[in-house]
Amino acid sequence: MLVNIIFGLSFSFMNSSNTILTRTKSFFAEIGDMTLFAGRFFREVFSPPFEFKELLRQCYNMGNRSLLLVGVTGFILGLVFTLQSRPTLLQFGAQSWMASMVSLSIVREIGPVVIALICAGRIGSGIGAELGSMRVTEQIDAMEVSGTNPFKYLVVTRIVATTLMLPLLIIMGDAIALLGSALIENLKGDVSFLLYFNQVFDALKFSDIIPATVKSVFFGFAIGLVGCYKGYYCSKGTVGVGEASNSAVVYISMLLFVIDFIAVFVTDIFF
Amino acid sequence: MNSEKNKPVLELKNLHKSFGDNHVLKGFNLKLFKGENLVVMGKSGSGKSVMVKCLVGLIQPDSGSITIKDEDIIKMGHKELDILRTEIGFLFQGSALYDSMTVRENLEFPLRRHKDKIENFQGTEILVKEALENVGLADAIDLMPAELSGGMQRRVALARALILKPKIIMYDEPTTGLDPITAKEIILLMRNIQKKYNTSSLIITHDVDCARVISNRMILLVDGINYAEGTFQELSNSKDPQVQAFFKN
Ligand SMILES: Nc1ncnc2c1ncn2[C@@H]1O[C@H](COP(=O)(O)OP(=O)(O)OP(=O)(O)O)[C@@H](O)[C@H]1O
Ligand SMILES: [Mg+2]
Repeated sequence: MLVNIIFGLSFSFMNSSNTILTRTKSFFAEIGDMTLFAGRFFREVFSPPFEFKELLRQCYNMGNRSLLLVGVTGFILGLVFTLQSRPTLLQFGAQSWMASMVSLSIVREIGPVVIALICAGRIGSGIGAELGSMRVTEQIDAMEVSGTNPFKYLVVTRIVATTLMLPLLIIMGDAIALLGSALIENLKGDVSFLLYFNQVFDALKFSDIIPATVKSVFFGFAIGLVGCYKGYYCSKGTVGVGEASNSAVVYISMLLFVIDFIAVFVTDIFF
Repeated sequence: MNSEKNKPVLELKNLHKSFGDNHVLKGFNLKLFKGENLVVMGKSGSGKSVMVKCLVGLIQPDSGSITIKDEDIIKMGHKELDILRTEIGFLFQGSALYDSMTVRENLEFPLRRHKDKIENFQGTEILVKEALENVGLADAIDLMPAELSGGMQRRVALARALILKPKIIMYDEPTTGLDPITAKEIILLMRNIQKKYNTSSLIITHDVDCARVISNRMILLVDGINYAEGTFQELSNSKDPQVQAFFKN
Protein backbone atom coordinates (compact mmCIF):
# COMPACT_ATOMS: atom_id res chain seq x y z
CA MET A 1 0.00 0.00 0.00
CA LEU A 2 2.56 2.56 1.14
CA VAL A 3 4.95 1.38 -1.47
CA ASN A 4 2.24 1.85 -3.99
CA ILE A 5 1.63 5.45 -2.94
CA ILE A 6 5.31 6.29 -2.90
CA PHE A 7 5.71 4.65 -6.22
CA GLY A 8 2.72 6.49 -7.62
CA LEU A 9 3.87 9.82 -6.23
CA SER A 10 7.37 9.48 -7.55
CA PHE A 11 5.96 8.38 -10.87
CA SER A 12 3.68 11.38 -11.13
CA PHE A 13 6.55 13.62 -10.09
CA MET A 14 8.68 12.16 -12.83
CA ASN A 15 5.82 12.70 -15.19
CA SER A 16 5.31 16.33 -14.27
CA SER A 17 9.01 17.09 -14.30
CA ASN A 18 9.03 15.46 -17.68
CA THR A 19 6.36 17.81 -19.04
CA ILE A 20 8.13 20.81 -17.53
CA LEU A 21 11.32 19.63 -19.14
CA THR A 22 9.75 19.12 -22.55
CA ARG A 23 7.93 22.42 -22.36
CA THR A 24 11.12 24.26 -21.46
CA LYS A 25 12.85 22.47 -24.28
CA SER A 26 10.20 23.39 -26.81
CA PHE A 27 10.26 26.98 -25.55
CA PHE A 28 13.97 27.26 -26.25
CA ALA A 29 13.57 25.43 -29.54
CA GLU A 30 11.03 28.06 -30.50
CA ILE A 31 13.40 30.88 -29.52
CA GLY A 32 16.01 29.20 -31.71
CA ASP A 33 13.60 28.94 -34.64
CA MET A 34 12.68 32.59 -34.24
CA THR A 35 16.35 33.53 -34.34
CA LEU A 36 16.74 31.60 -37.59
CA PHE A 37 13.64 33.35 -38.89
CA ALA A 38 15.19 36.72 -38.00
CA GLY A 39 18.38 35.64 -39.76
CA ARG A 40 16.43 34.84 -42.90
CA PHE A 41 14.79 38.25 -42.65
CA PHE A 42 18.15 40.01 -42.62
CA ARG A 43 19.35 37.96 -45.56
CA GLU A 44 16.30 38.72 -47.66
CA VAL A 45 15.64 42.34 -46.71
CA PHE A 46 18.71 43.63 -48.54
CA SER A 47 18.49 41.49 -51.68
CA PRO A 48 16.31 42.37 -54.68
CA PRO A 49 13.55 42.22 -55.80
CA PHE A 50 12.12 44.76 -53.35
CA GLU A 51 8.39 44.95 -52.77
CA PHE A 52 8.06 48.71 -52.25
CA LYS A 53 4.43 48.94 -53.17
CA GLU A 54 3.41 46.26 -50.72
CA LEU A 55 5.62 47.84 -48.05
CA LEU A 56 3.86 51.18 -48.47
CA ARG A 57 0.49 49.48 -48.34
CA GLN A 58 1.42 47.71 -45.11
CA CYS A 59 2.74 50.93 -43.52
CA TYR A 60 -0.43 52.74 -44.47
CA ASN A 61 -2.66 49.96 -43.17
CA MET A 62 -0.86 49.65 -39.85
CA GLY A 63 -0.75 53.38 -39.25
CA ASN A 64 -4.32 53.83 -40.31
CA ARG A 65 -5.66 51.01 -38.22
CA SER A 66 -3.79 51.93 -35.03
CA LEU A 67 -4.05 55.73 -35.18
CA LEU A 68 -7.29 56.14 -33.27
CA LEU A 69 -6.47 53.45 -30.72
CA VAL A 70 -3.03 54.88 -29.97
CA GLY A 71 -4.44 58.41 -29.85
CA VAL A 72 -7.19 57.57 -27.37
CA THR A 73 -4.92 55.46 -25.20
CA GLY A 74 -2.24 58.12 -25.14
CA PHE A 75 -4.69 60.85 -24.25
CA ILE A 76 -6.22 58.89 -21.37
CA LEU A 77 -2.77 57.89 -20.21
CA GLY A 78 -1.79 61.55 -19.97
CA LEU A 79 -5.00 62.52 -18.18
CA VAL A 80 -4.88 59.74 -15.62
CA PHE A 81 -1.21 60.01 -14.92
CA THR A 82 -1.45 63.74 -14.24
CA LEU A 83 -4.61 63.45 -12.16
CA GLN A 84 -3.03 60.75 -10.02
CA SER A 85 0.24 62.56 -9.44
CA ARG A 86 -1.22 65.97 -8.68
CA PRO A 87 -2.19 65.44 -5.02
CA THR A 88 1.21 64.02 -4.12
CA LEU A 89 3.11 66.80 -5.83
CA LEU A 90 0.82 69.39 -4.22
CA GLN A 91 1.58 67.96 -0.81
CA PHE A 92 5.25 68.68 -1.34
CA GLY A 93 4.55 71.99 -2.99
CA ALA A 94 6.27 70.72 -6.07
CA GLN A 95 3.51 71.44 -8.52
CA SER A 96 5.82 73.24 -10.88
CA TRP A 97 7.65 70.00 -11.41
CA MET A 98 4.61 68.38 -12.91
CA ALA A 99 5.46 69.03 -16.55
CA SER A 100 8.98 67.73 -16.31
CA MET A 101 8.06 64.70 -14.26
CA VAL A 102 5.19 63.66 -16.53
CA SER A 103 7.06 64.26 -19.76
CA LEU A 104 10.14 62.36 -18.63
CA SER A 105 8.27 59.31 -17.45
CA ILE A 106 5.96 59.23 -20.48
CA VAL A 107 8.63 59.76 -23.11
CA ARG A 108 11.21 57.51 -21.53
CA GLU A 109 9.16 54.62 -20.30
CA ILE A 110 5.40 54.57 -20.04
CA GLY A 111 4.55 55.84 -23.49
CA PRO A 112 6.69 53.39 -25.47
CA VAL A 113 5.76 50.37 -23.36
CA VAL A 114 2.02 51.01 -23.20
CA ILE A 115 1.71 51.88 -26.87
CA ALA A 116 3.85 48.92 -27.91
CA LEU A 117 1.62 46.63 -25.83
CA ILE A 118 -1.46 48.11 -27.48
CA CYS A 119 0.14 47.55 -30.89
CA ALA A 120 1.05 43.99 -29.93
CA GLY A 121 -2.66 43.36 -29.51
CA ARG A 122 -3.65 45.36 -32.55
CA ILE A 123 -0.91 44.78 -35.12
CA GLY A 124 0.92 41.67 -33.88
CA SER A 125 -2.16 39.53 -33.46
CA GLY A 126 -3.50 40.82 -36.78
CA ILE A 127 -0.35 39.75 -38.59
CA GLY A 128 -0.42 36.36 -36.86
CA ALA A 129 -4.02 35.75 -37.84
CA GLU A 130 -3.64 37.04 -41.40
CA LEU A 131 -0.52 35.07 -42.28
CA GLY A 132 -1.86 32.09 -40.37
CA SER A 133 -5.03 31.94 -42.40
CA MET A 134 -3.02 32.47 -45.58
CA ARG A 135 -0.89 29.49 -44.60
CA VAL A 136 -3.88 27.33 -43.76
CA THR A 137 -5.75 28.10 -46.98
CA GLU A 138 -2.57 27.48 -49.01
CA GLN A 139 -2.35 31.09 -50.22
CA ILE A 140 1.32 31.16 -49.23
CA ASP A 141 1.95 28.02 -51.29
CA ALA A 142 0.08 29.59 -54.18
CA MET A 143 2.38 32.62 -54.04
CA GLU A 144 5.42 30.41 -54.05
CA VAL A 145 4.16 28.53 -57.09
CA SER A 146 3.41 31.72 -59.00
CA GLY A 147 6.96 32.96 -58.76
CA THR A 148 6.71 35.47 -55.91
CA ASN A 149 8.82 34.78 -52.89
CA PRO A 150 6.19 34.82 -50.12
CA PHE A 151 8.81 35.49 -47.46
CA LYS A 152 9.78 38.74 -49.20
CA TYR A 153 6.26 39.71 -50.15
CA LEU A 154 4.55 38.94 -46.85
CA VAL A 155 7.13 38.70 -44.08
CA VAL A 156 9.84 41.20 -45.04
CA THR A 157 7.34 43.94 -45.87
CA ARG A 158 5.46 43.47 -42.62
CA ILE A 159 8.53 43.41 -40.39
CA VAL A 160 9.96 46.51 -42.08
CA ALA A 161 6.59 48.21 -41.80
CA THR A 162 6.21 47.59 -38.06
CA THR A 163 9.82 48.63 -37.47
CA LEU A 164 9.20 51.93 -39.25
CA MET A 165 5.70 52.60 -37.99
CA LEU A 166 6.02 51.82 -34.31
CA PRO A 167 8.43 54.69 -33.51
CA LEU A 168 6.08 57.04 -35.34
CA LEU A 169 3.03 55.76 -33.50
CA ILE A 170 4.87 56.00 -30.19
CA ILE A 171 6.01 59.57 -30.83
CA MET A 172 2.47 60.49 -31.74
CA GLY A 173 1.06 58.72 -28.69
CA ASP A 174 3.58 60.49 -26.42
CA ALA A 175 2.62 63.85 -27.86
CA ILE A 176 -1.08 63.22 -27.32
CA ALA A 177 -0.42 61.99 -23.78
CA LEU A 178 1.41 65.22 -23.00
CA LEU A 179 -1.51 67.14 -24.47
CA GLY A 180 -3.84 65.30 -22.09
CA SER A 181 -1.57 66.11 -19.20
CA ALA A 182 -1.42 69.78 -20.23
CA LEU A 183 -5.19 69.86 -20.36
CA ILE A 184 -5.46 68.73 -16.74
CA GLU A 185 -2.85 71.21 -15.61
CA ASN A 186 -4.65 73.91 -17.54
CA LEU A 187 -8.03 73.12 -16.04
CA LYS A 188 -6.96 72.35 -12.50
CA GLY A 189 -3.77 74.25 -12.02
CA ASP A 190 -4.13 77.34 -14.21
CA VAL A 191 -0.98 76.54 -16.15
CA SER A 192 -1.20 77.78 -19.72
CA PHE A 193 -0.50 75.34 -22.54
CA LEU A 194 2.42 77.51 -23.61
CA LEU A 195 4.02 77.44 -20.20
CA TYR A 196 3.40 73.72 -19.83
CA PHE A 197 5.04 72.82 -23.12
CA ASN A 198 7.89 75.22 -22.41
CA GLN A 199 8.54 73.28 -19.25
CA VAL A 200 8.24 70.01 -21.14
CA PHE A 201 10.84 70.99 -23.71
CA ASP A 202 13.09 72.31 -20.98
CA ALA A 203 12.95 68.97 -19.23
CA LEU A 204 13.37 66.70 -22.23
CA LYS A 205 16.87 66.18 -23.53
CA PHE A 206 18.07 64.31 -26.54
CA SER A 207 19.50 61.75 -24.17
CA ASP A 208 15.89 61.01 -23.17
CA ILE A 209 14.37 61.00 -26.63
CA ILE A 210 16.99 59.08 -28.59
CA PRO A 211 17.18 55.97 -26.39
CA ALA A 212 13.38 55.88 -26.27
CA THR A 213 13.17 56.05 -30.04
CA VAL A 214 15.82 53.39 -30.52
CA LYS A 215 13.93 51.24 -28.07
CA SER A 216 10.69 51.69 -30.00
CA VAL A 217 12.43 50.61 -33.20
CA PHE A 218 13.24 47.34 -31.46
CA PHE A 219 9.68 47.11 -30.15
CA GLY A 220 8.41 47.43 -33.72
CA PHE A 221 10.83 44.82 -34.97
CA ALA A 222 9.76 42.41 -32.23
CA ILE A 223 6.06 42.88 -33.03
CA GLY A 224 6.60 42.25 -36.74
CA LEU A 225 8.99 39.37 -36.25
CA VAL A 226 6.96 37.35 -33.77
CA GLY A 227 3.64 38.04 -35.51
CA CYS A 228 5.06 36.91 -38.84
CA TYR A 229 6.83 33.90 -37.35
CA LYS A 230 3.70 32.66 -35.62
CA GLY A 231 1.55 33.18 -38.70
CA TYR A 232 4.04 31.87 -41.24
CA TYR A 233 4.50 28.58 -39.39
CA CYS A 234 0.89 28.29 -38.35
CA SER A 235 -0.34 24.73 -37.96
CA LYS A 236 -3.28 23.49 -39.98
CA GLY A 237 -6.86 24.31 -39.21
CA THR A 238 -8.75 27.25 -37.79
CA VAL A 239 -7.55 26.26 -34.32
CA GLY A 240 -4.04 26.88 -35.62
CA VAL A 241 -4.96 30.40 -36.75
CA GLY A 242 -6.43 31.36 -33.38
CA GLU A 243 -3.45 29.84 -31.65
CA ALA A 244 -1.05 31.74 -33.93
CA SER A 245 -2.59 35.13 -33.25
CA ASN A 246 -3.02 34.43 -29.55
CA SER A 247 0.48 33.17 -28.90
CA ALA A 248 1.89 35.98 -31.02
CA VAL A 249 0.49 38.48 -28.50
CA VAL A 250 1.78 36.48 -25.53
CA TYR A 251 5.29 36.15 -26.92
CA ILE A 252 5.43 39.77 -28.08
CA SER A 253 4.34 41.07 -24.68
CA MET A 254 7.02 39.03 -22.96
CA LEU A 255 9.61 40.08 -25.48
CA LEU A 256 8.69 43.75 -25.11
CA PHE A 257 9.48 43.67 -21.40
CA VAL A 258 12.73 41.85 -22.01
CA ILE A 259 13.74 44.45 -24.62
CA ASP A 260 12.65 47.22 -22.27
CA PHE A 261 14.77 45.82 -19.48
CA ILE A 262 17.82 45.52 -21.72
CA ALA A 263 17.23 49.01 -23.08
CA VAL A 264 17.02 50.55 -19.61
CA PHE A 265 20.13 48.66 -18.61
CA VAL A 266 22.10 49.84 -21.64
CA THR A 267 20.83 53.43 -21.38
CA ASP A 268 21.89 53.47 -17.75
CA ILE A 269 25.45 52.63 -18.76
CA PHE A 270 25.78 55.12 -21.60
CA PHE A 271 23.76 58.17 -20.58
CA MET B 1 -0.77 9.63 -79.96
CA ASN B 2 0.70 8.90 -76.55
CA SER B 3 2.87 6.04 -77.56
CA GLU B 4 5.08 4.78 -74.76
CA LYS B 5 8.16 5.58 -76.83
CA ASN B 6 7.50 9.30 -76.42
CA LYS B 7 9.59 11.00 -73.84
CA PRO B 8 7.49 11.96 -70.81
CA VAL B 9 7.28 15.69 -70.01
CA LEU B 10 7.17 14.83 -66.37
CA GLU B 11 8.46 11.81 -64.53
CA LEU B 12 8.41 10.71 -60.92
CA LYS B 13 10.61 7.84 -59.88
CA ASN B 14 10.48 5.96 -56.62
CA LEU B 15 9.17 8.88 -54.57
CA HIS B 16 9.27 8.51 -50.79
CA LYS B 17 7.88 10.93 -48.24
CA SER B 18 7.09 10.52 -44.55
CA PHE B 19 5.82 12.90 -41.91
CA GLY B 20 7.28 11.48 -38.71
CA ASP B 21 5.97 7.94 -38.44
CA ASN B 22 3.40 8.51 -41.14
CA HIS B 23 4.87 7.00 -44.31
CA VAL B 24 2.72 8.62 -46.96
CA LEU B 25 4.54 7.83 -50.20
CA LYS B 26 6.52 4.61 -50.41
CA GLY B 27 8.02 4.51 -53.88
CA PHE B 28 5.49 6.20 -56.14
CA ASN B 29 6.16 6.24 -59.91
CA LEU B 30 4.44 8.33 -62.54
CA LYS B 31 4.99 9.45 -66.12
CA LEU B 32 3.04 12.17 -67.84
CA PHE B 33 3.25 12.31 -71.64
CA LYS B 34 2.74 15.31 -73.86
CA GLY B 35 -0.87 16.18 -74.56
CA GLU B 36 -2.42 13.56 -72.31
CA ASN B 37 -4.85 13.79 -69.43
CA LEU B 38 -3.56 11.59 -66.66
CA VAL B 39 -5.88 11.00 -63.73
CA VAL B 40 -4.54 9.97 -60.35
CA MET B 41 -7.10 8.48 -58.01
CA GLY B 42 -6.69 7.55 -54.39
CA LYS B 43 -8.51 7.53 -51.10
CA SER B 44 -8.66 10.61 -48.94
CA GLY B 45 -5.39 10.89 -47.04
CA SER B 46 -3.52 8.59 -49.37
CA GLY B 47 -1.02 11.31 -50.22
CA LYS B 48 -2.24 12.69 -53.54
CA SER B 49 -1.83 16.31 -52.52
CA VAL B 50 1.56 15.55 -51.02
CA MET B 51 2.57 13.99 -54.33
CA VAL B 52 1.66 17.01 -56.48
CA LYS B 53 3.19 19.38 -53.98
CA CYS B 54 6.45 17.47 -54.34
CA LEU B 55 6.10 17.95 -58.09
CA VAL B 56 6.14 21.75 -57.86
CA GLY B 57 8.74 21.91 -55.11
CA LEU B 58 6.42 22.91 -52.28
CA ILE B 59 7.33 19.79 -50.33
CA GLN B 60 10.78 18.21 -50.32
CA PRO B 61 10.54 14.45 -50.83
CA ASP B 62 12.71 12.19 -48.67
CA SER B 63 14.07 10.33 -51.67
CA GLY B 64 13.33 9.65 -55.30
CA SER B 65 13.70 11.74 -58.42
CA ILE B 66 11.40 14.25 -60.11
CA THR B 67 12.19 15.30 -63.66
CA ILE B 68 10.20 17.90 -65.55
CA LYS B 69 11.32 18.53 -69.13
CA ASP B 70 14.55 16.59 -68.52
CA GLU B 71 15.48 18.70 -65.53
CA ASP B 72 15.76 17.36 -62.02
CA ILE B 73 13.72 19.75 -59.90
CA ILE B 74 15.03 18.50 -56.55
CA LYS B 75 18.50 19.81 -57.33
CA MET B 76 17.19 23.10 -58.68
CA GLY B 77 17.89 26.49 -57.15
CA HIS B 78 15.15 29.00 -56.42
CA LYS B 79 15.60 30.99 -59.63
CA GLU B 80 15.49 28.02 -61.99
CA LEU B 81 12.53 26.60 -60.13
CA ASP B 82 10.64 29.88 -60.53
CA ILE B 83 11.28 29.86 -64.26
CA LEU B 84 10.15 26.26 -64.59
CA ARG B 85 7.04 27.00 -62.54
CA THR B 86 5.85 29.49 -65.15
CA GLU B 87 5.29 26.51 -67.40
CA ILE B 88 3.25 24.71 -64.78
CA GLY B 89 -0.27 25.65 -63.79
CA PHE B 90 -1.41 24.52 -60.37
CA LEU B 91 -5.01 24.45 -59.19
CA PHE B 92 -5.08 24.11 -55.42
CA GLN B 93 -7.53 21.82 -53.70
CA GLY B 94 -9.09 24.72 -51.80
CA SER B 95 -8.76 27.28 -54.63
CA ALA B 96 -6.27 29.30 -52.51
CA LEU B 97 -7.39 32.68 -53.86
CA TYR B 98 -5.73 35.64 -52.13
CA ASP B 99 -8.63 36.85 -50.06
CA SER B 100 -7.26 40.35 -49.48
CA MET B 101 -7.17 41.03 -53.23
CA THR B 102 -9.84 41.46 -55.88
CA VAL B 103 -10.30 38.91 -58.63
CA ARG B 104 -8.34 41.17 -60.96
CA GLU B 105 -5.41 41.43 -58.55
CA ASN B 106 -5.52 37.68 -58.02
CA LEU B 107 -5.09 37.11 -61.73
CA GLU B 108 -2.44 39.80 -62.07
CA PHE B 109 -0.37 38.25 -59.32
CA PRO B 110 1.35 35.51 -61.39
CA LEU B 111 2.06 38.12 -64.07
CA ARG B 112 4.01 40.50 -61.87
CA ARG B 113 7.27 38.56 -62.15
CA HIS B 114 6.78 36.83 -65.46
CA LYS B 115 5.62 39.33 -68.05
CA ASP B 116 8.63 38.55 -70.19
CA LYS B 117 7.59 34.91 -70.35
CA ILE B 118 4.51 35.56 -72.44
CA GLU B 119 4.65 35.59 -76.23
CA ASN B 120 3.38 38.83 -77.79
CA PHE B 121 2.47 40.40 -74.46
CA GLN B 122 -0.21 43.03 -74.95
CA GLY B 123 -0.72 44.28 -71.46
CA THR B 124 -1.98 42.77 -68.24
CA GLU B 125 -5.53 44.00 -68.73
CA ILE B 126 -6.10 42.03 -71.92
CA LEU B 127 -4.66 38.83 -70.47
CA VAL B 128 -6.79 39.08 -67.35
CA LYS B 129 -9.94 39.67 -69.36
CA GLU B 130 -9.17 36.79 -71.68
CA ALA B 131 -8.51 34.42 -68.81
CA LEU B 132 -11.76 35.38 -67.12
CA GLU B 133 -13.74 35.00 -70.34
CA ASN B 134 -12.27 31.52 -70.74
CA VAL B 135 -13.95 30.52 -67.51
CA GLY B 136 -17.10 32.58 -68.14
CA LEU B 137 -16.67 35.06 -65.30
CA ALA B 138 -15.86 38.32 -67.07
CA ASP B 139 -18.32 40.20 -64.83
CA ALA B 140 -16.63 39.19 -61.59
CA ILE B 141 -13.42 41.09 -62.29
CA ASP B 142 -13.77 43.65 -59.50
CA LEU B 143 -15.31 41.42 -56.84
CA MET B 144 -13.50 40.06 -53.80
CA PRO B 145 -13.11 36.27 -53.51
CA ALA B 146 -15.37 36.26 -50.43
CA GLU B 147 -18.19 37.59 -52.62
CA LEU B 148 -18.00 34.58 -54.94
CA SER B 149 -19.62 31.19 -54.53
CA GLY B 150 -17.45 28.10 -54.14
CA GLY B 151 -17.86 27.13 -57.77
CA MET B 152 -17.03 30.64 -58.98
CA GLN B 153 -13.96 30.67 -56.75
CA ARG B 154 -12.83 27.42 -58.30
CA ARG B 155 -13.24 28.93 -61.77
CA VAL B 156 -11.29 32.05 -60.84
CA ALA B 157 -8.59 29.80 -59.43
CA LEU B 158 -8.61 27.92 -62.70
CA ALA B 159 -8.24 31.17 -64.62
CA ARG B 160 -5.34 32.15 -62.39
CA ALA B 161 -3.62 28.81 -62.88
CA LEU B 162 -3.92 29.18 -66.64
CA ILE B 163 -3.04 32.83 -67.10
CA LEU B 164 0.60 32.19 -67.99
CA LYS B 165 -0.51 29.62 -70.60
CA PRO B 166 1.35 26.76 -68.93
CA LYS B 167 2.34 23.63 -70.83
CA ILE B 168 1.63 21.36 -67.88
CA ILE B 169 -1.37 21.78 -65.62
CA MET B 170 -1.94 20.06 -62.30
CA TYR B 171 -5.42 19.99 -60.89
CA ASP B 172 -5.80 18.96 -57.25
CA GLU B 173 -9.39 17.77 -56.92
CA PRO B 174 -10.96 20.30 -59.29
CA THR B 175 -14.52 19.11 -58.66
CA THR B 176 -14.56 18.18 -54.98
CA GLY B 177 -17.15 20.04 -52.96
CA LEU B 178 -19.11 21.22 -56.01
CA ASP B 179 -22.60 20.18 -57.06
CA PRO B 180 -22.75 17.71 -60.00
CA ILE B 181 -23.77 20.38 -62.52
CA THR B 182 -21.04 22.83 -61.61
CA ALA B 183 -18.60 19.93 -61.47
CA LYS B 184 -19.54 19.03 -65.02
CA GLU B 185 -19.00 22.62 -66.13
CA ILE B 186 -15.55 22.64 -64.60
CA ILE B 187 -14.71 19.35 -66.32
CA LEU B 188 -15.84 20.72 -69.67
CA LEU B 189 -13.77 23.84 -69.10
CA MET B 190 -10.74 21.71 -68.36
CA ARG B 191 -11.30 19.76 -71.56
CA ASN B 192 -11.72 22.88 -73.67
CA ILE B 193 -8.58 24.40 -72.29
CA GLN B 194 -6.68 21.21 -72.94
CA LYS B 195 -7.82 21.25 -76.57
CA LYS B 196 -7.26 24.96 -77.05
CA TYR B 197 -3.70 25.09 -75.74
CA ASN B 198 -2.67 21.43 -76.14
CA THR B 199 -1.54 21.11 -72.54
CA SER B 200 -0.56 18.02 -70.62
CA SER B 201 -2.67 17.62 -67.52
CA LEU B 202 -2.32 15.77 -64.27
CA ILE B 203 -5.69 15.52 -62.58
CA ILE B 204 -6.14 14.37 -59.03
CA THR B 205 -9.60 13.34 -58.11
CA HIS B 206 -11.79 10.77 -56.46
CA ASP B 207 -14.72 11.69 -58.64
CA VAL B 208 -15.39 8.73 -60.94
CA ASP B 209 -17.47 10.80 -63.37
CA CYS B 210 -14.67 13.30 -63.73
CA ALA B 211 -12.21 10.49 -64.37
CA ARG B 212 -14.46 8.89 -66.98
CA VAL B 213 -14.95 12.08 -68.96
CA ILE B 214 -11.46 13.44 -68.91
CA SER B 215 -8.89 10.68 -68.54
CA ASN B 216 -6.71 9.21 -71.25
CA ARG B 217 -4.94 7.12 -68.67
CA MET B 218 -5.29 6.53 -64.94
CA ILE B 219 -3.10 5.66 -62.00
CA LEU B 220 -4.45 4.41 -58.69
CA LEU B 221 -2.51 5.50 -55.63
CA VAL B 222 -2.94 2.90 -52.89
CA ASP B 223 -0.71 2.47 -49.84
CA GLY B 224 1.81 4.98 -51.13
CA ILE B 225 2.56 3.25 -54.44
CA ASN B 226 1.11 3.31 -57.94
CA TYR B 227 -1.07 0.26 -57.36
CA ALA B 228 -2.65 -0.02 -60.80
CA GLU B 229 -2.42 1.75 -64.15
CA GLY B 230 -4.48 1.74 -67.32
CA THR B 231 -7.33 3.38 -69.17
CA PHE B 232 -10.65 4.02 -67.47
CA GLN B 233 -12.12 1.00 -69.30
CA GLU B 234 -9.36 -1.35 -68.22
CA LEU B 235 -9.43 -0.32 -64.59
CA SER B 236 -13.19 -0.22 -64.22
CA ASN B 237 -13.35 -3.79 -65.53
CA SER B 238 -10.57 -4.99 -63.27
CA LYS B 239 -11.20 -7.99 -61.03
CA ASP B 240 -8.91 -6.76 -58.27
CA PRO B 241 -11.16 -5.84 -55.30
CA GLN B 242 -8.89 -2.93 -54.29
CA VAL B 243 -9.33 -1.45 -57.76
CA GLN B 244 -13.03 -2.27 -57.90
CA ALA B 245 -13.58 -0.33 -54.69
CA PHE B 246 -12.89 2.94 -56.53
CA PHE B 247 -15.52 2.40 -59.20
CA LYS B 248 -18.58 1.05 -57.46
CA ASN B 249 -20.89 3.63 -56.00
N1 LIG C 1 2.45 19.23 -43.85
C1 LIG C 1 2.13 18.03 -43.35
N2 LIG C 1 2.58 17.65 -42.14
C2 LIG C 1 2.28 16.44 -41.64
N3 LIG C 1 1.52 15.54 -42.24
C3 LIG C 1 1.03 15.85 -43.44
C4 LIG C 1 1.29 17.11 -44.07
N4 LIG C 1 0.68 17.14 -45.27
C5 LIG C 1 0.04 15.97 -45.37
N5 LIG C 1 0.24 15.18 -44.30
C6 LIG C 1 -0.26 13.82 -44.10
O1 LIG C 1 -0.08 13.13 -45.31
C7 LIG C 1 -1.19 12.29 -45.58
C8 LIG C 1 -1.66 12.54 -46.98
O2 LIG C 1 -2.19 13.83 -47.09
P1 LIG C 1 -2.74 14.41 -48.47
O3 LIG C 1 -3.15 15.82 -48.19
O4 LIG C 1 -1.74 14.19 -49.51
O5 LIG C 1 -4.00 13.51 -48.74
P2 LIG C 1 -4.88 13.46 -50.05
O6 LIG C 1 -4.62 12.18 -50.70
O7 LIG C 1 -4.67 14.68 -50.85
O8 LIG C 1 -6.33 13.45 -49.44
P3 LIG C 1 -7.63 14.28 -49.87
O9 LIG C 1 -8.25 13.51 -50.94
O10 LIG C 1 -8.46 14.29 -48.64
O11 LIG C 1 -7.17 15.63 -50.29
C9 LIG C 1 -2.22 12.59 -44.51
O12 LIG C 1 -2.20 11.50 -43.61
C10 LIG C 1 -1.74 13.83 -43.84
O13 LIG C 1 -1.98 13.73 -42.46
MG1 LIG D 1 -5.66 16.38 -51.30
